[in-house]
Amino acid sequence: MNTQRRRLMQTGALMGLMASAGLISQAEAAAWNKAAFEAKSIDDVAKVLGGGAPQKSDQVVLRAPDIAENGAVVPVGVETNLKATEMAILVEKNPNAMAAMFIVPAGAEAFAATRVKMGQTSNVYALAKVDGKWLMASKEVKVTLGGCGG
Amino acid sequence: MASPMRIRAAEKDGVVDVKVLMKHDMETGQRKDAAGALVPAWYITTLEAKVGDKVVFASQFGPAVSKDPFLNFKLKGAAKAGETITVTWVDNKGETRTDKAEIK
Repeated sequence: MNTQRRRLMQTGALMGLMASAGLISQAEAAAWNKAAFEAKSIDDVAKVLGGGAPQKSDQVVLRAPDIAENGAVVPVGVETNLKATEMAILVEKNPNAMAAMFIVPAGAEAFAATRVKMGQTSNVYALAKVDGKWLMASKEVKVTLGGCGG
Repeated sequence: MASPMRIRAAEKDGVVDVKVLMKHDMETGQRKDAAGALVPAWYITTLEAKVGDKVVFASQFGPAVSKDPFLNFKLKGAAKAGETITVTWVDNKGETRTDKAEIK
């Protein structure tokens, strides 16, 4: 069996085990969105996520530096005052655009901050799902030292 | 067993600010080691934060999240000072780590 399939089955098996042990409910053990993370371009990711093409919105705030000193560790944040149920951070020129996705249950603020790798200067997108539709904000982040190694 | 995460959760004016620092190499699968061989992809894929039985926040990561992943999120209404927040991550090899912290 090839390694990837074995790994996927192991993860699936583990999730199933954890769910049946009551550690995480079936619904919450939301399987890792492989298709979204394997999609290449921003458009490809949007197609996988569904809900139509993301619309620019000034109510979605993307926090990212103008210049990233170290492409391996770029602080990025997404937030909105709107009721977002999901959010995502995408880096346009990375081999796969989607860097991270966040699920926002009731009782959490639509806010997330993390650090991502950027291979080169690129547009970075913050997406927020509001009423089933994706809204977005973007900016260019310049990278002096690329962050994917090699 | 994987190294522990550092979790800081503090309430202020009804909002609990949670910062998690995980220990994980987050290999993209594109890096070559000193011998020139490709280092296999190895990265955290999912993270879940719970207070009691309730999932209060969840994330999915890809290999583009930086090594030793950092995550900051905020809770408003789902938790308060004195409660315990439990964070669990799972990686693409099926390894997992759970840590907890008291919300200050």
